[in-house]
Amino acid sequence: MGSYSSSRGIRHSYDWKLIGIYLALVLIGLANIYSSVISSEPSSIFDTSVRSGMQCIWIATSFGLAVLILFIIPARIWETGSIPFYLGVVFLLFAVIFVGSEVKGSHSWFSFGAVKFQPAEISKITTSLVLALIMSQPGFKMAKFGDFAKIALIIGLPMLAILAEKETGSALVYIGFLFVLYREGMSGWILTFIGIIIVLFIVTLTVSPFTAILVLISAILAFNLLQTSHRAINILIAAAVIIALAIIKSINLTLILALAAIPALLYYAYRKRNSFIIASVIAGVVGILFVFSTDIIFNKVLGDHQRKRIEVLLGMKEDPSGVGYNVNQSMIAIGSGGFTGKGYLEGTQTSYGFVPEQSTDFIFCTVGEEWGFVGCLFVISLYFMLILRIINDAEKSREHFTRIYGYCVAACLFMHLFINIGMTIGIMPVIGIPLPMMSYGGSSLWAFTIMIFIFLVLDHQEKKYF
Amino acid sequence: MAVERRGKLIIGLIVACLILIIKIFVIQIVDDKYKINSSNNSMVYEIIYPTRGVIYDRNGEILVGNKMAYDIMVTPREVTPFDTLLLAKTLGTTPEFIRSKMAEYKRDRKKIGFQSVVMMKQVDADTYTSFAEISYLFPGIKGQTRSIRYYPVNAGGNLLGYVSEVDGDYIKKHPDEYRPGDYAGKTGIEASRENDLRGEKGYSIYLRNSKNQIQSRYNDGSLDKEAVPGKDIVTTIDATLQQYGQNLMKNKVGSLVAIEPETGEILALISSPGIDVEQLGEIRKYYSKIAADPYKPMFNRAVQAYYPPGSVFKLVNGLICLQEGTLKETDVYPCYKGYTYATDRKLGCHNHASPLSLQNAIMNSCNAYFCYALRAMLENRKYSSIGEALEKWNEYVNSFGFGHKLGSDFPYELSGTIPSSKTYNKYYGKGRWRFATIVSISIGQGEIGATPLQIANLSAIIANRGWYKIPHLIKDSPNLTIDPKYKEKVYTMVDTTQFQKVIPGMWKAVNAGWGSGATASIASVPGLDICGKTGTAQNPHGADNSVFICFAPMDNPKIAVAAYVENAGFGASWAAPIASLLVEKYLNGEISRPELEDRVLEGDLMSKVKVK
Repeated sequence: MGSYSSSRGIRHSYDWKLIGIYLALVLIGLANIYSSVISSEPSSIFDTSVRSGMQCIWIATSFGLAVLILFIIPARIWETGSIPFYLGVVFLLFAVIFVGSEVKGSHSWFSFGAVKFQPAEISKITTSLVLALIMSQPGFKMAKFGDFAKIALIIGLPMLAILAEKETGSALVYIGFLFVLYREGMSGWILTFIGIIIVLFIVTLTVSPFTAILVLISAILAFNLLQTSHRAINILIAAAVIIALAIIKSINLTLILALAAIPALLYYAYRKRNSFIIASVIAGVVGILFVFSTDIIFNKVLGDHQRKRIEVLLGMKEDPSGVGYNVNQSMIAIGSGGFTGKGYLEGTQTSYGFVPEQSTDFIFCTVGEEWGFVGCLFVISLYFMLILRIINDAEKSREHFTRIYGYCVAACLFMHLFINIGMTIGIMPVIGIPLPMMSYGGSSLWAFTIMIFIFLVLDHQEKKYF
Repeated sequence: MAVERRGKLIIGLIVACLILIIKIFVIQIVDDKYKINSSNNSMVYEIIYPTRGVIYDRNGEILVGNKMAYDIMVTPREVTPFDTLLLAKTLGTTPEFIRSKMAEYKRDRKKIGFQSVVMMKQVDADTYTSFAEISYLFPGIKGQTRSIRYYPVNAGGNLLGYVSEVDGDYIKKHPDEYRPGDYAGKTGIEASRENDLRGEKGYSIYLRNSKNQIQSRYNDGSLDKEAVPGKDIVTTIDATLQQYGQNLMKNKVGSLVAIEPETGEILALISSPGIDVEQLGEIRKYYSKIAADPYKPMFNRAVQAYYPPGSVFKLVNGLICLQEGTLKETDVYPCYKGYTYATDRKLGCHNHASPLSLQNAIMNSCNAYFCYALRAMLENRKYSSIGEALEKWNEYVNSFGFGHKLGSDFPYELSGTIPSSKTYNKYYGKGRWRFATIVSISIGQGEIGATPLQIANLSAIIANRGWYKIPHLIKDSPNLTIDPKYKEKVYTMVDTTQFQKVIPGMWKAVNAGWGSGATASIASVPGLDICGKTGTAQNPHGADNSVFICFAPMDNPKIAVAAYVENAGFGASWAAPIASLLVEKYLNGEISRPELEDRVLEGDLMSKVKVK
């Protein structure tokens, strides 16, 4: 990180290491796209009739965009223009629902002849910019209801539109903004609570609602006990209660006991002025209600294909040739790579077309199969360094706008990374979102390029002035 | 606070990345499961189809063999532009056909992937040879040999059954056993002996590289599996006799069954009209025609239709009455052109001398005699009621193989019906029926239904003097042992000594000479000592059915036959000549009565049979 403090010349004022990692990922992506298409349609890497050739065009145009952003477009525009950009993109997000062309069941693409464009990709950038703008205003406080509502609206609006476009995966990425909010002062308990809700959902579906409630009560007790002074005794008592309930195994009795405990707890909290207990009680009630509505959410709210993917992921159903096919084939491909892989262009699983969407959403399979564990570790490390570098640069910036925007970029990259790779190795449901920079596709590559280079130019901007 | 939160977020990031890396480590290095699966994907199993077992007749003659056919296979991914006209000419088809097929593969290319698909099924050897010579011009198109069924003699189409490609339902019913493109027996012996006949598929394993080219044999072929050919099957059928029987039954509706009494082996079993073996070979071509035929050639009447046996059943009643002691060989009963069972009701009979003894009653097929006899049995004081007596009668009849499935090796054998007191209680109410009500069972009519196989078995029982072995179609052979139940003697409830008392009657029926009143003189063949019994069974749909059972020679019989011809009139008019010709052919190998043979072979009774 010496670059920032030691020199202000142009060679050092851009974060060249960040750009280097970006380039490495783009080129690794291209190499793997070429490998994934080569055996079915052998040709040169630059042949534009196949995907690897097209990706060359996308990469070249992305570099053009990068140059534009770094050297031509005035950097101030990202801050001053963020609201019009945001509103324009939200308009497009809603418009595409009605006039967009359907691709694989989702209405999220504009078609201009051969060129297709997905506004959902761009909306991550504009949402990040507006979030950075609003949250960097003097006097902004996360704890103020009005401010919090504003942020919820900014994130919620595009998310809703994207859900309506049936692009669940892209909508899920917006959950990543919670990390940004946390960094900017949102209570960590909200993240914790969301984590607990996810655990409850899984436990309810795979084990039983009763176990889920026990988990919930145990978690709440545990968090409360960590706040008190007489830990040892209280922990023993709490553990005894939980074990007793687990042995009795009566969901009704547990609920009656919980209901009876609520007034007592509230009274105790009031006397002691302990708002943590009040919040715990509310969290407990919401959690229990959630457990009982899980069935409804699972069976009624979720679409058929989403439900099936979750069922396969949680092992509730085995379906290796149906919904589970993609994941099964993808895990076979990665698993067959072993420690060092089969060698570049030597993969059999990905190139025979066993793995579907092999050059887009499942590009990581090619890495896993041909480069093995070593390759996977290398690629994940690159992403880790990319995100870490963005976070560190963001922390160092003087402008709140740059910092918050940087965190937004890091959060989006992280969500894409975790969901995409998680999906190929069977720890996330099959959600079609691309692996940043590596997956085939112009929309996605352009979006991440713009997103990262805006951060680079903002970062550079600061170094210029200070 | 800010720094602390950054730290927590970075810790979170590290944890998330570790989760990914650990899971990847597990599936790439720890868990073997995915590697094994992966080798399944990159190994190419080339299936080697076994040859299906050959089906022989009892004398070692081939009934069903195998011959080579060639399928033209296409691997669309490997096809390069080719001369469509030349290919079409070579394969004897049109360029349009080839183009439409290629267009179809292009459309389905995602689904087909790297697999091969069949473009033309079963082209003949000449076409295949001329294609093979120039096949190097058509990469991605190759021939695959496959053995298909062939039938050297037209014998036993219905018994043998056909083989055809398995469909989705069939695969579902036999999970893990069949794959699309496999063949399986669907009817007859092909179906009932599928597990023996099909053999085991083998495979050769090849490895392919990332360009999907076959690289080498996996492990030098050490893990390849040879196909195990299907087991050959020897049937009890006599091909010559079966073929002759088919000719005799041509243009008649009914069944002809011949059994070797001593072993229970079925020598011939004809259901007419039936299926020619030529149709079996190309069942797909003929299927709709066969299904639409009003005479139902697919329907095996010999085991699946039941008919009133008519007068041949008098033998059973006579034997039961003898065993019960209510009838003696010497008993005579009068007949005044029938049996009057109510003041104004009479079961008619034809003209013959009266009164008659048992043997002459059999010879003349007197209705009245057996009515008197059965009445004496059913109204025997020994039994508390006619109901109880009828139950006993039912038991006796069942011991003759009627009223239940014989247990033969036909998959779809039917049981027939023999009335019991329950039957009549249901029809008339308990205590509201008496002998007069059920008199028609005395002469094998009424509620009695029997399959031609059961009737033939009756003939075998009498030939054996009181026992049978379950009639069957498959013999022991070097690699196949049949169920021991087919080798056990099954005795009737009638003592073997009683049978001696009725057999002379049957001999007389055939051999007493014209003018004696014997009903089956037409069946007589000098020197063969045929014993027989005619039957004329009422058929509600038109003329009477013609029935005849016989066995020969009288002592140490070699063959027992039942002929059942629908709507053909008296037993003596068609069934007796057909059965006796079959016996003569089997025992003498030639026919001494060419005029009778011509009459039977040319006789066409189809117009008499009403079809729905």
